[in-house]
Amino acid sequence: MRPFTYSRATDPSSAIKMLAQNPTAKFLAGGTNLLDLMKEDVERPGALIDISELGLTDIKPLTTGTNQGGISLGGLSKNTETANHPLVRQNYPLLTQAILAGASGQLRNMATNGGNLLQRTRCPYFYEVAMPCNKREPGTGCGAREGINRMHAIFGWSEQCVAVYPSDMAVALAALDAVVKVRNASGQERSIPLGDFHRLPGDKPEQDTNLPHGELITAIELPKNRFADKSYYLKVRDRASYAFALVSVAAALEMDGASNRIKAVRIAMGGVAHKPWRALKAEQLLVGKEATEANFKLAATAEMAEAKPLAHNAFKVELGNRSIVLALQMAMNGGKA
Amino acid sequence: MMKEGMMDENESSELTEDEKRLFADLMPEDLSEILDTGVNRRHFLKLMTLAGGGILAAQSAVAEQLMTRPFNEAAPADYALESIENGVNVSFKVNGTARKLTVDSRMTLLDTLRERLDLTGSKKGCDHGQCGACTVIINGHRVLSCLTLAASCEGKTVQTIEGLAQGNSLHPVQEAFLKHDGFQCGFCTPGQICSAVAMLDEAKKGHLSYVSETVRQPAGPAKLSNEEIRERMSGNICRCGAYPNIVAAIQEVHSGKPVEQVFRSV
Ligand SMILES: Cc1cc2nc3c(=O)[nH]c(=O)nc-3n(C[C@H](O)[C@H](O)[C@H](O)COP(=O)(O)OP(=O)(O)OC[C@H]3O[C@@H](n4cnc5c(N)ncnc54)[C@H](O)[C@@H]3O)c2cc1C
Ligand code: SF4
Ligand code: FES
Ligand code: FES
Repeated sequence: MRPFTYSRATDPSSAIKMLAQNPTAKFLAGGTNLLDLMKEDVERPGALIDISELGLTDIKPLTTGTNQGGISLGGLSKNTETANHPLVRQNYPLLTQAILAGASGQLRNMATNGGNLLQRTRCPYFYEVAMPCNKREPGTGCGAREGINRMHAIFGWSEQCVAVYPSDMAVALAALDAVVKVRNASGQERSIPLGDFHRLPGDKPEQDTNLPHGELITAIELPKNRFADKSYYLKVRDRASYAFALVSVAAALEMDGASNRIKAVRIAMGGVAHKPWRALKAEQLLVGKEATEANFKLAATAEMAEAKPLAHNAFKVELGNRSIVLALQMAMNGGKA
Repeated sequence: MMKEGMMDENESSELTEDEKRLFADLMPEDLSEILDTGVNRRHFLKLMTLAGGGILAAQSAVAEQLMTRPFNEAAPADYALESIENGVNVSFKVNGTARKLTVDSRMTLLDTLRERLDLTGSKKGCDHGQCGACTVIINGHRVLSCLTLAASCEGKTVQTIEGLAQGNSLHPVQEAFLKHDGFQCGFCTPGQICSAVAMLDEAKKGHLSYVSETVRQPAGPAKLSNEEIRERMSGNICRCGAYPNIVAAIQEVHSGKPVEQVFRSV
């Protein structure tokens, strides 16, 4: 690991100032992604600003503002605390499931909500500094484009980068219309809808998100959840537990009264793109329709018809298709509710 | 520098200018640190014989291990505090004992426990958060010491495998691992046991797992099936595959009822 200075920040505004003043500085939250990447020499910060003792750990109902009736999750709350919090379990079971599908007990005890959102891709070429990678070193080429790309994207990739974004939590947040609250060095708060937080690679794969250097994630807000009764997080991976998703699906449905007609639906996918992938086409096809297997299949097929698989991941198209159908069925059955 | 008596008579403790240049070529970042911490020729020659690409990694590891030392101990000249790069003072409690150290900012808690505090129970399996061998309990929560900076442990309470037994009586999870042969080579065992001890507390607090049957029911102490135990312990890898015995051991402590020994029943 390269040398760096370490400092503990004691309040958010001084933490943000310390970061904003130093272009090579990084926040250290749980450290589970950052330290790993520093050991691999992928991340090379000159300074770490430890924000883990700042506070910003509240999980509380929102009584005012645009998301009134919803909930605020502290940017520095641990993933374990968030998943197990009574308000989250009761009102956002999809989020609980998605967080618990990720990593391991030890890692979730360390990982924070903000750090989770900003975790970087698990593309093996990105991790290996001897390999070309436009994300790590712009202009060197993409090792995965013509290399081993079984784990890589089938939606929204570019010739410059075919990586997928690995967070499970963020997939549920995308389905739940979450908003990321961030604060800059002048103390201004902004709200970034989760769908605009991460970006597609385009010709700037080195940029994972639209969060500028020097801003702190203070909280994640969720609007009142109308999908709590019918939601499900399905994660398909190479082993039964403790592995990143090949494909995951967060499915959430709201029915029209007591009928079998779908009033509103959210489908977000993980493991398929450079950001949580909202299956908007499938959603559009399902609104106002009966919740039947035939309709689920039509919607899933239409969504996956847009996929552009790479040399080694064509299996993700059929896997995604079936996963959407199964996740919707599980959600209808009140899976784990 | 090492004590003179430890060296061959004809061996100079200083590196030659050529050797310094070689070091500078191989690892410019580390040169001054290495010289300041007093690498002698014998050490140098040993490093130079290490094969191929491994040398850089090996050297950084050595350098990092050199870099943590006691804060208040009278340090030998070559261990002077000024030579620590980006030193950070930390006071924390390890297994009930207060510890004060100055560490290089890069030092992980795992290396600090093993190299500075002589607590070698916690193991370095992968050093990347993937195996669980380094699991320790900080402020009551199981975490990975290989992804924790020692510098970030200020004011915290750390419990390692060495701190679980009370005098001569083992922790119930340790007893159960013995009874059920929850290991073969034993390398993953300290991590497995620390993880299990804290995991059982999580279950008592009603924490859920991905395989829990329901999410929305109010939190109460969770009754764990073997499948639940496997899922909750999935962050601890055992290359010997002692899993059935590990699960049996944990189930016995969790349920409070004797569980049949797996190796007897097959
Ligand atoms: C072996 C292993 C398996 C894993 N499996 C999974 C999995 O299956 N699913 C999954 O979703 N994840 C998985 N993870 C990833 C894990 O969830 C993330 O590493 C974790 O969520 C990151 O959170 P952190 O607090 O540790 O972030 P850190 O490592 O501390 O930080 C990550 C980045 O975010 C920045 N940052 C942190 N907090 C803030 C903030 N509040 N404001 C602005 N910037 C901030 C940091 O500067 C850094 O750049 C796995 C990790 C490992 C090591
Ligand atoms: S897919 Fe992206 S992260 Fe992977 S090698 Fe290509 S540019 Fe790098
Ligand atoms: S050594 Fe820490 S998880 Fe493997
Ligand atoms: S007992 Fe050998 S690795 Fe688990």
